[in-house]
Amino acid sequence: MTLSDEELAEELSGGALARAPSRVRVVSGRFFRSTQGRIGFAVLALMFLLAFAGPLFSRWTYTDKDFTAFMQPPSATHWFGTLQTGSDVYAVTLRGMQKSLVVGLLAALVSTALAAMVGAFGGYFLGWTDRALSWITDLLLVLPGFLILAIMSPLFGAGQWPLFVIMLALFLWMVTSKIVRGMTISVKEREFIQAARYMGVSPVRIIFRHVLPNLSSLLIVDATLNVSSAILTETSLSYFGFGIQPPDVSFGTLIADGSRTAVYAPWTFWFVAGLLVVTVLAVNLVGDALRDAFDPSASRKARR
Amino acid sequence: MAGFLARRLLNYVVLVVVAASLAYLLAATALDPRSNYAQRTPKPPPAVVDAQLTALNLNDKTPLLQRYATWASGVLHGDFGRSVGGAPVNDDLKRRMGVTFRLVLLGMVFGSLFGVLLGAFAAVRQYGWFDRVSTALSFVLLAVPVVVLANTLILAGSWANEHIFRTLVFMVSGEYSIGLDAGFWRQLLDRLQHLILPTISLSLGLVAVFSRYQRNMMLDVLGADFVRTARAKGLTRRQALVKHALRTALIPVATYFAFTFAALLMGATFTEKIFGWHGLGEQLINSIFSNDVNTVAAISLLAAIAVLCASLASDLLQAALDPRVRA
Repeated sequence: MTLSDEELAEELSGGALARAPSRVRVVSGRFFRSTQGRIGFAVLALMFLLAFAGPLFSRWTYTDKDFTAFMQPPSATHWFGTLQTGSDVYAVTLRGMQKSLVVGLLAALVSTALAAMVGAFGGYFLGWTDRALSWITDLLLVLPGFLILAIMSPLFGAGQWPLFVIMLALFLWMVTSKIVRGMTISVKEREFIQAARYMGVSPVRIIFRHVLPNLSSLLIVDATLNVSSAILTETSLSYFGFGIQPPDVSFGTLIADGSRTAVYAPWTFWFVAGLLVVTVLAVNLVGDALRDAFDPSASRKARR
Repeated sequence: MAGFLARRLLNYVVLVVVAASLAYLLAATALDPRSNYAQRTPKPPPAVVDAQLTALNLNDKTPLLQRYATWASGVLHGDFGRSVGGAPVNDDLKRRMGVTFRLVLLGMVFGSLFGVLLGAFAAVRQYGWFDRVSTALSFVLLAVPVVVLANTLILAGSWANEHIFRTLVFMVSGEYSIGLDAGFWRQLLDRLQHLILPTISLSLGLVAVFSRYQRNMMLDVLGADFVRTARAKGLTRRQALVKHALRTALIPVATYFAFTFAALLMGATFTEKIFGWHGLGEQLINSIFSNDVNTVAAISLLAAIAVLCASLASDLLQAALDPRVRA
């Protein structure tokens, strides 16, 4: 019996006001009861651990070059083998994974925040604000994001990756913002919002205090799934040299290098590609399980 | 219906104009054609470089808006200008357009067709082995980016050529074998051999997306009253499923189609570059590296038009499937 259970039992036996189970606890309970959620979470945690704690266990850092071993298969000294330059594949891969995870997380956060803002403001104020915001949304949907990012790539010099993250986020938010807009329009008519409005609460405050918290489940799920699309887009762009630039490494640059030597040195390609796929898969599993946890009726309906 | 379409069309034309202008302005600011001349030996005198850049409408000393005006008036007359090498962009793109079109069309047809079929079939036998396997597979496929998938296919293809067929079955580079002098059927076979892997690489992602989406939509519809009514009035299970359930479940998928088209173009770009097809996508990547502003702008314009045509097509498709939209 855990501490919180004891507390709960104590309160119940006391007969006084029994606390309603908090939403966070209900949702996380549902989340961890699903196999999908458990596996996804465990794998994702493992990946983070590997990316940020893994390098501590290796003798090599990602800038080290072993001039006695070029293009060597995996061995006791080099766990994932070495590259043509003598770099240790294990160290380089984990470094690239760190970058990809950070870029993916940040881009997802920024893009979901943007989607929430644009959607909520458009849906709440309607009229010209909405028309202008919807038009921008449509415009960005039409412009192939990859193309614009690629055109702007000369600006993402070495060390400029935060700019890259922002640009990446700029092309991920449109569909969600359309959903947020629709939901805002319906939430806006609910009594508690009307009440707040008649009490003279400012519209901006209403949006942040009342509208957005009511859409939090959608936003959390969306942010999770955006992490995987951000990682995938980052990988593709970096593969062609449009994303993270050379002194930095990421999944994309590593896969690009690895694919050239994959035929005779499979370890340069498969470890990176495998880790990428496993990471994205875990993020997707977590996102799906979260969606079910927030809205159990959706999956129950499907199980009919 | 006609009014609805006309309004949509007008809106789309404005969007294309803005998108293309934005792409040109961005390309003209971010790319630097002048740097192409810096690496030449012997270094050409600055006056010559200026004259050449001005002739190509790429001189960064001309004000941006003036360059834009020149470019835009050219485009209105159907002329996309010249590439950094001096060759007309139009000729180059015309040659490449067919290549990309073939790839995108095949990828789209195979991707959406198989996706919808797999999804619908999985939904009908929910939690059967087929449903479980296809769901798991599509989950994995959604996590594999095109760049990894294409490279994996190349590796798998060459491995299969070597160990299973012991002859060249899958060609992994280019659209056709250069210098192949054979009859019509042999040529056709050769092209097909080159086509298989790129088409798979492009359509597998789509199959995964569409099958998951179609499965969910189909599940929503399967328990609906109108399907039961259709069975009750004497239709066979197959008729009820295909004529009523599948058709209704296709409507949201048709809308979804417009959103996936941009992703499809992106996938086609990567596929072309990796498989060495000389299409628009490959040219886009090359022209960004060679600072070729006019080519980049022209391809962006074509991409925007293609995306909008796709969403127009999805509007029409939706109208064809859903009588309520037509009213």
